Amino acid sequence: MTQTALSPEQHVDYLNDGYGWKSWLFTLDHKRIAMLYLVSVSFFFALGGLFAGLVRLELLTPQGDLFGPDIYNRLFTMHGVIMVFFFLIPAIPAVLGNFLIPLMVGAKDLAFPRINLLSWYIYVVGGLFTLGAMIAGGVDTGWTFYTPFSTNYSNSYVVATGLGVFITGFSSILTGFNFIVTIHRMRVPGLGWFKLPLFVWAHYATSLVMILGTPVIAVTVLLLALERGFGLAIFDPTRGGDPVLFQHLFWFYSHPAVYIMVLPAMGVISELIAAFSRKSIFGYKFVAFASLGIAVVGFVVWGHHMFVSGQSAYASVVFSFLSMFVAVPSAIKIFNWSATLYKGSVAYETPMLYALGFIGLFTIGGLTGVMLATLGIDVHVHDTYFVVAHFHYVMVGGTIMGYMGGLHYWWPKMTGRLYPQFWSRLSAMIVFVGFNLTFFPQFIMGYMGMPRRYHEYPPEFQVLHVMSTAGATILGVGYLLPTIYFIMSLRKPVHAGNNPWNAVGMEWQTTSPPPTHNFVSTPVVTEAYAYAEGGQGVH
Amino acid sequence: MFESIRLAPESASTLSGQVDAIYYVSVLISLVFTVIIFFLVVFLSVKYRRRHADQVGVPIHGNNMLEIGWSVLPFIIMLFLFAWGTKVFFSLCRPPAQSTEYYCVGKQWMWKFQHPDGHREINELHVPTGHPIKITMTSEDVIHSLYFPSFRTKCDVLPGRYTSLWFQPTKPGEYHIFCAEYCGTQHSGMVGRVIVQTPREYELWLAGGKTSTMTPVARGEELFTALACVTCHRQDTAVRGPGLAGLFGKRVQLANGGTVLADETYIRESILSPNTKVVAGFQPLMPTFQGQVAEDDLMSLIAYIKTIQPAAGAVPAGAAALRRAGFTTDGTP
Amino acid sequence: MSTEAHPLLAHHFETLDQQRESSTLAMWIFLVTEIMFFGGLFMAYLLYRWKFPLAFHAGSHHLDIRLGAFNTIVLICSSLTMALGVRAAQTGERKKLTGFMVLTLILGFVFLGVKAIEYHDKFAHHLIPGLHFQWDGPGGREVQLFYSLYFAMTGLHALHMIIGAGLILWLLPSCVRGKYTADYYHPIECFGLYWHFVDIVWIFLFPLLYLLGRH
Repeated sequence: MTQTALSPEQHVDYLNDGYGWKSWLFTLDHKRIAMLYLVSVSFFFALGGLFAGLVRLELLTPQGDLFGPDIYNRLFTMHGVIMVFFFLIPAIPAVLGNFLIPLMVGAKDLAFPRINLLSWYIYVVGGLFTLGAMIAGGVDTGWTFYTPFSTNYSNSYVVATGLGVFITGFSSILTGFNFIVTIHRMRVPGLGWFKLPLFVWAHYATSLVMILGTPVIAVTVLLLALERGFGLAIFDPTRGGDPVLFQHLFWFYSHPAVYIMVLPAMGVISELIAAFSRKSIFGYKFVAFASLGIAVVGFVVWGHHMFVSGQSAYASVVFSFLSMFVAVPSAIKIFNWSATLYKGSVAYETPMLYALGFIGLFTIGGLTGVMLATLGIDVHVHDTYFVVAHFHYVMVGGTIMGYMGGLHYWWPKMTGRLYPQFWSRLSAMIVFVGFNLTFFPQFIMGYMGMPRRYHEYPPEFQVLHVMSTAGATILGVGYLLPTIYFIMSLRKPVHAGNNPWNAVGMEWQTTSPPPTHNFVSTPVVTEAYAYAEGGQGVH
Repeated sequence: MFESIRLAPESASTLSGQVDAIYYVSVLISLVFTVIIFFLVVFLSVKYRRRHADQVGVPIHGNNMLEIGWSVLPFIIMLFLFAWGTKVFFSLCRPPAQSTEYYCVGKQWMWKFQHPDGHREINELHVPTGHPIKITMTSEDVIHSLYFPSFRTKCDVLPGRYTSLWFQPTKPGEYHIFCAEYCGTQHSGMVGRVIVQTPREYELWLAGGKTSTMTPVARGEELFTALACVTCHRQDTAVRGPGLAGLFGKRVQLANGGTVLADETYIRESILSPNTKVVAGFQPLMPTFQGQVAEDDLMSLIAYIKTIQPAAGAVPAGAAALRRAGFTTDGTP
Repeated sequence: MSTEAHPLLAHHFETLDQQRESSTLAMWIFLVTEIMFFGGLFMAYLLYRWKFPLAFHAGSHHLDIRLGAFNTIVLICSSLTMALGVRAAQTGERKKLTGFMVLTLILGFVFLGVKAIEYHDKFAHHLIPGLHFQWDGPGGREVQLFYSLYFAMTGLHALHMIIGAGLILWLLPSCVRGKYTADYYHPIECFGLYWHFVDIVWIFLFPLLYLLGRH
């Protein structure tokens, strides 16, 4: 980044306000911290993607002929751990949220800039722990760390990986806590709650889940490490402990964690749909409260991960009902986004393609979620590829589509540069096609009975596995292209101007890239998405 | 090449059709919603595409009736799926009373089955059609999950407690057995075959077993004597240890005032950790048998204890012993 | 907005009030995460206590109720000195503030010292799970669960006490220098909230671990 040439106007922005490595590593500017996060989550995304590629490659043939089972088990575990804890959870909040929330509320920074920087360092330390465990030999418990396998039987680096997850959890807590205080206390005068962009609402809901859920996984992983490392008896069945208690504590966080991943993506999608339809979001308040509703109900559905684990049948019935209930606020969002297009001014810019793709994929992810919450179906498809397909539709089809869409939308804001329109539209379409080819066959495989985490499998599943691997290859190309053209846009800049999309929203009222203190003059407060004929933002 | 792609595995049990029915209906509902959403998104974004560079959308802010409509409609569909799914679930998790009990012990990385007549199999299970079969399961090490795709049922197999599943096979043939809960290195090797036979073929197969087998109950009775359980848990008196006649399925009054249901898991705990829940009126004298009885022997012991009935003619003494042992015959404390 | 910025006003806040309100809100949010953190442990405790009441009674009988009660009193006193310290910070009384902070610190160390004596006693009696655990009475298998939770819960609590003591040591120099005045005292106020929270955790731990089930 240090070679960034001054933009034609020669204005001082956050990127050219200091160049040395110290100006980055000790920065307190939320925008620079967001860029630090961008680099680190991209690294982990590439690493997790590499593991996914190797897993898919192994599954081309029914025999385990590329890797031995020990390697394969480590590959899918590291894929899960890295993608969930080091990419999906921090991706949108720590990169886009960090960059945009102060801009969107008209503040100079987040409430606690030092804590913000600390959260990045904690993330890096947690990541190093996990990478260290990986280099030492990896971990083979699955990202779910189920006891007693993880405590007493696994011969891998469970404690080091667990500590990595534990440490990274604190970075997530600090981010959430910074957002909540910022949204409560740092709004520019006159900016009421219902004038906030839905991106901010979604991040508020996400932050609630982060601060309420993450401590529980922290203590759970800590107990696991104490049991494995020091022989304490907490979950050990030979000493009266209950391994299912671990599952309850684990999913009490890890199910809401799915909403940590997808709620910010929903916030991004609201922004994109509004900006590229040049229209207010249909049913703004419903979409806003749907975010909070998902966050709240999301805390009481964890038991649907244990329908076949020996939990009481009546508990399963309650969890089934509550899990299905999450479908209602999700459906509200989907319908409102679709309705926003009505009588809009729809432009097929790259971010919009991602947003429209998100609606389609999240619809499938959500509906199959309802099927999984249906007790009679779940008993059969639990722990099969049906589940794998479902959560990839939500996490990849939801979160990553949202993240990529957001990155394409705000890239000119963050860097002042434009990327090539043709290649970016093409890559959005490649991602959509590749994604569906990768994961749709897995629904069929799952109902056929193919269990997840299998290194070898019966030959009747091969055709579907080959389709899936082919899709993963296409998906990989779809992710590689943006990496190339984003980096190219930094090296050979095409200047974007301050507002290439002619979008409204407080983040577009300042220059691109913004100056260090965000706004030169106090921004003008309007309703969210105030598009009007000849109005502000449309020139 | 594509003939191997099917939408569902063989349907080979009485309940698999019900699971498929609810699955296909929810696929249909999902398909309808997906088509509606895809159509809306594509149609609206083409119809209202931007025609000149500074065009803005018509300021529409929402419609409460629509909001209510698209909240209530999914909710109603959800209620319907919930009710139906729960009904099927209860059929899946409640074995009929006349079920025959089979036993299964999971360990890294094999399935050990035992038939009611004592036949043992590893990674293979022969079962007859036409009769409900209940499998009671436990694990020697980590959590496994016994999965029969063709019967559309699975249940986790946990160390330290018993779980069960049931099915009634309808169609002779060979089907997969999978371990569905990740259990370590050879997880994908913890697979097997369930061989469904007609009752007559099954009888023949059982008769063809050459090894002398002992039924789990007989093995349990043998252990009951060999481990000297019988010296304290005698049927005629109940001085040192509570009598066990008719115990299974009753609620037991405990020394600390609580009660506990005498199920498989409680009996297992009482053998391995006898002083955790002491029956009212008795001293914590019993030594632990942890590490001395293998999981399949424990299952046999429990199978035997389930069969112990009060001795005929000794009703008053038996009733007195029962009362002393702290449980009542109607199952309430 | 004041015309001239207070020297302790961070650049991104408009007023000192906004800065103080932000810190206090942040502290409460932090305490919510702490409640969830200990909440996981309390859930585990409740589940196992319900499953194994006899073993938990037996285990808690071996804890020294006098030392536990003494420590409870020590912590309640430290909460009082902490509250008086916050009051002194609000009124800008430098010497009183320093005195109360030192008193709080001393009480914190007394608590940790007594805890160390208790831990040593457990070590001497072979009651540390995973190390050389021995239990001759009934229910030995599950008593290990009790002691595992005892060490996990009191250990995490003690860790919070140690962090608290470290924070006092970190705050003390600026107390002595008189940095905290009626205009700017929220670091002390927030630290006070933390200290009270740690005390309250102990107020729950003491009856759960030492008292319940005693005859």
